[in-house]
Amino acid sequence: MAEAMGFFTDTTVCIGCKACEVACKEWNQLPAANGGVRTLSGDSYDNTRHLDGIHWRHVKFIEQFSADRQGRWLMMSDNCKHCVHAGCLEVCPTGAIIRTEFDTVDIQSDACNGCRDCIGACPFGVIGINPVSGTAQKCTLCYDRLKGGLEPACSKACPTRSINFGTIADLKQMAQARLGTLHRAGETGAFLYGADDRTLGGLNSFYLLVDAPEVYGLPPDPKLPSRNLKSSAIWSVVGSVALALTALVSFRNRGSRDV
Amino acid sequence: MSSTFFTASPHWRWLILAYFFFGGLAAGSYFLATLLDLFGKDRRLVRLGYLIAFPVVCLCGLLLTVDLGRPLRFWHMLVQSETFYPMLKTYSPMSSGAWALLGFGACAFLSFVAVLAERGWLRWPALRRLSTPSAVGRLVTAIGTFRALYVAGYTGVLLAVSNRPIWADTTLLGVTFLISAASTSAALLILLGGWGGVTGDSMHALERFDRAVLVLELLAIAALIVSLGRVAMVWRNGWGVLLVAMVVGGIAFPLVMGARASVRGSLAPVLVLAGGLVLRAVIIFSSDGLP
Repeated sequence: MAEAMGFFTDTTVCIGCKACEVACKEWNQLPAANGGVRTLSGDSYDNTRHLDGIHWRHVKFIEQFSADRQGRWLMMSDNCKHCVHAGCLEVCPTGAIIRTEFDTVDIQSDACNGCRDCIGACPFGVIGINPVSGTAQKCTLCYDRLKGGLEPACSKACPTRSINFGTIADLKQMAQARLGTLHRAGETGAFLYGADDRTLGGLNSFYLLVDAPEVYGLPPDPKLPSRNLKSSAIWSVVGSVALALTALVSFRNRGSRDV
Repeated sequence: MSSTFFTASPHWRWLILAYFFFGGLAAGSYFLATLLDLFGKDRRLVRLGYLIAFPVVCLCGLLLTVDLGRPLRFWHMLVQSETFYPMLKTYSPMSSGAWALLGFGACAFLSFVAVLAERGWLRWPALRRLSTPSAVGRLVTAIGTFRALYVAGYTGVLLAVSNRPIWADTTLLGVTFLISAASTSAALLILLGGWGGVTGDSMHALERFDRAVLVLELLAIAALIVSLGRVAMVWRNGWGVLLVAMVVGGIAFPLVMGARASVRGSLAPVLVLAGGLVLRAVIIFSSDGLP
């Protein structure tokens, strides 16, 4: 296996230019939404709004303004987290979702049948159906470019080095250095989201944030779907026994009760 | 806020609602037919259960296939498309459920054929050995009944093994759907059996079963709401109203009616069936509407 590769996204230097979104769409030949008709969110400069089957990169605009117009814009280029313990991979019933030699998570479009189990299983809501293929799709971490020795399209296009591509080991070092710089500069709220293995075994796309994860639309405590499997199964067995006992009591011959 | 509120909906809607409802009916009818047979109840009810199970499970397969983004790839659930090896993940409810549905469908088919032979609609007497009291028949119905229970319950487990609001915030959906499958199937047999002129002890036995199971269902729904904790607050809207209406109209009212022998009729079983549909609709759609 090649070395684990991923992204470190430093949201503090994101300027919201959306070059990553465009580069992703171009390289991966993703179709326009809504047949190309422009749709505006109406309450934000963010008109992409969420990740789905045709948006594998999404620059979030978090507008934090108070009544006196004091405030800030947080921007964050979001994508699939390529979780080391991936919920989508866990539930996929066709085996279409695999872990690649780069330790990334990939949906093989020729095997996927569009059952959508992975969409609800993803703790981050990054997967969607691509209407062109009829299958579930998301960021592939540009698997095809990686195979060719190139870096992914989004990080290549990023003009401020907010999106950094590299080996996970290098990225973690880089992230710790940046975090130290920010803390020394007084930005004490800065922290790394998903850089350690406590979050789903580690996120191979992790982020530097300066506010609570919820503010960025990220789950504070992402979990694997299989956490509910054992308990749900046990309760169902208990239910089955209860039904069998109910049938036993109800159906046993009570003599002639016929009227 | 629960981390389930940061996820995307799979948009399982009407086709999946229909599958959950009919899957429960197919499985429950099979389960009841086997147990009614075991206790020597009216043969007409036993045959009815098996006659319902197979066509309805076929409908279920069709609903699931049509719901796929790529329907012609339905077989990818069972066979790996590249290697043609069997595809099974025991820890993925959809994967194990696909196999359970196939296995249940096979047993339902055999029992269905046995009933056709028993009634003389299929002139092939050897097929009668597929039903009790022959050893082969016992084996088919025993395997079929266990698979029926799996099919009736796994749909709720499937929802729980996700990261969606409500679904993944409880582990009681499987048992709730299972019990609801039993109550709706008993109601269907009472309804159709009544129209077919079945009366007496067997009908009373089914009615006793349905009342007891409705009480279990009431307990399961109460436990479900408690287990959701603060997440249950998302039902302070139309879905909550519908759930209350389901509990009153689809459980409490049929229970009260059933206790009074003088008002027995088609209304109570129809209400129980409608209640089973509404329960699943509330669970599916109330989560689908969340971010």
